[in-house]
Amino acid sequence: MKLTIERSALLKALSHVQSVVEKRNTIPILSNVQIEAADGQLALTATDLDLAIVEHTGADIAQDGATTVPAHTLHDIVRKLPDGAQVGLSLNDRTLTLNAGRSRFTLACLPREDFPVMSAGELPHRFTLPAPQMKRLIDKTRFAISTEETRYYLNGIYLHVAEGEKGSTLRAVATDGHRLAQVEVALPDGAAGMPGIIIPRKTVQEIRKHLDEFEGEIGIELSDTKILFRFAHAVVTSKLIDGTFPDYSRVIPEGNDRLLKISCEEFSEAVDRVSTISSDKSRSVKLALETDKIMLSVTSPENGTATEELAADYSAEAMEIGFNSRYLLDILDQVEGDEVEARLADSASPTVMRDGADESALYVLMPMRV
Amino acid sequence: MDCDAFYAAVEKRDNPSLADKPLIIGGNSDRGVVSTACYIARTYGVHSAMPMVQARKLCPHAVILKPDMERYRIASRAVRNLMDALTPLVEPLSLDEAFLDLTGTEALHGLSPAEQLARLASDVEKTIGISLSVGLSHNKFLAKIASDLKKPRGFSIIGKAETLDFLARQKVSLIWGVGKAMCDRLHNDGITHIGQLQQMEEADLLRRYSSFGGKLWRLARGIDDRQIVTGTAPKSVSAETTFEHDIADYETLEIHLWKQCERLSKALKKKDLAAGTVTLKLKTAQHRQITRSRALFSPSQLADRLFEMGQALLKPECRDQIPYRLLGITGTNFTPAQMGDTPDFLQPEKDRHAKAERTMDQINARFGTQMVKKGRSV
Repeated sequence: MKLTIERSALLKALSHVQSVVEKRNTIPILSNVQIEAADGQLALTATDLDLAIVEHTGADIAQDGATTVPAHTLHDIVRKLPDGAQVGLSLNDRTLTLNAGRSRFTLACLPREDFPVMSAGELPHRFTLPAPQMKRLIDKTRFAISTEETRYYLNGIYLHVAEGEKGSTLRAVATDGHRLAQVEVALPDGAAGMPGIIIPRKTVQEIRKHLDEFEGEIGIELSDTKILFRFAHAVVTSKLIDGTFPDYSRVIPEGNDRLLKISCEEFSEAVDRVSTISSDKSRSVKLALETDKIMLSVTSPENGTATEELAADYSAEAMEIGFNSRYLLDILDQVEGDEVEARLADSASPTVMRDGADESALYVLMPMRV
Repeated sequence: MDCDAFYAAVEKRDNPSLADKPLIIGGNSDRGVVSTACYIARTYGVHSAMPMVQARKLCPHAVILKPDMERYRIASRAVRNLMDALTPLVEPLSLDEAFLDLTGTEALHGLSPAEQLARLASDVEKTIGISLSVGLSHNKFLAKIASDLKKPRGFSIIGKAETLDFLARQKVSLIWGVGKAMCDRLHNDGITHIGQLQQMEEADLLRRYSSFGGKLWRLARGIDDRQIVTGTAPKSVSAETTFEHDIADYETLEIHLWKQCERLSKALKKKDLAAGTVTLKLKTAQHRQITRSRALFSPSQLADRLFEMGQALLKPECRDQIPYRLLGITGTNFTPAQMGDTPDFLQPEKDRHAKAERTMDQINARFGTQMVKKGRSV
């Protein structure tokens, strides 16, 4: 194998694939990235056995070939090379030599034959989704993905076909038991028969990285156990979480009749301000609702107190309720409209929140004890 | 300030018939350890941290009592109240030991620090009924040494002027941080007394003992600029048990785990804290220590939740039927209780458990402990 490639092209491809590679690995070859030169292109592959990414990039190939080298080391080297450098890669026996300007590195290789190939198997359900829609499905839900290992089936986004008043939709849901986020888009052609699937957190993060640079249609292929995402230059294949997502519809309250409407920006800034007083990781902010106003307050035993009054549209009975301010801000961050709507029941029951300008997104937030 | 044989002193105060008997406080099982020996028992060679089996051999007629921490805490609190009256800068080291910073209190009380301390010692004896030893000096290192010089009912002062001379005559093992290994190393290098360290260059000590050398150089000269640290919040709370006989089977260990979780939970509730991380500690019959930690998704102070995590950590360690001599559970990474145990709408049954536990706590708080308890604890 012998090739030359522009530093920035190599760096971009490497930074996509290297994040799949775990920092610590018991199987040495999983720390490596597979480099393959063929058909006038350079293909980089990385996997953690649950998730695999193949990224193609143009290169000036003098001789085809393939090997594997430590992914993070290669990434660090290329990152530190000067901008605009031409990078030469050549494989001789057991080492890969990297030349750039006056720098020269030799990297120990492991044979590409040992590199695990993740087979996607049969993927019977195929459809495409515009990148902005995929972005919506991810951004509006991923903050609610649970990190609790014991309930592994919550460690991802549940993507499924939902039947609503306006027909079928493709719906994404994530929850950790304290909050829930739900968003839907029009059901793409070909998705109708798909099973409900749970896409793991790490896969969600990898996919999300590509969406910043990709505008077109994403090709999605899936089965009960695997999913594949096809971007212009990259293909991401992932296992799905093998579990049953809970029946989330029963936790979305129907009868909450106390309606609060408030400017999202003012609310968000005020919550952020008052929670400054507390040094704690999970700050609780108390909301005292009265006719046409709410009073926010945070009390920190060490530091003191903070309060702020806001005008709001509220005409139901006065009440108090406490929320984790981080959770509240996560939701408010996703509201695109000027106004956010909250439907409350009482200080111990879940509150439903909606984007004033977007009916397709819904959030449920459990109060804290105050 | 150091209370003399504190646990034993409290017991003797509360039961005068023990006054002239050798008294040992500690676990009385074969694996028990002496936590305090009264001064009579000490004349037989019994000292704290000694295995109880050995203590019983040395002093067969000693009265052995299990520690009653609650009573010791009350006595400790009473002593603390008298100390607080002297200065706000009190740093407790344990129930029976504390540093007091008396800088500037002379003007306030109209008494020199030595007079204040003498009065404190006599007040403690009169009102609380236990004795203490006082060490007065110009820093923590020397004050601690002074308080150990004459015990019980000691009163020692190391003044600035006599610091160097006093230290020069002392053995190196007196220096805080010089344990057995360091002591051996110093002896091998021909250094037995602090006076020798005083003659050496700092650079030389640094070269020989790296960063510890710098500490040796300073402490040998009586230099210690550590401040009094008041009111540090606890970093961890734990409960552990050394078994009479090693236990290998999960079901039996689980029973102990539950009791420990109840104790841990009680301590957390008392401090109004929720633990973010649970650590399980096991010691095999061969004294190999195993610890397993995991973060709770929502910090908790509830016995039920701590137990659930404890079970998850314990189960895998019981697969190979390894006999364990010790089991313990520790909570760390605290948040205020209010931030923890957030209700989970996906698991309403757990919230019912939580409510039941809180109700039980209220009943027990009102009608005395253990009025209501879980079947598992019986």
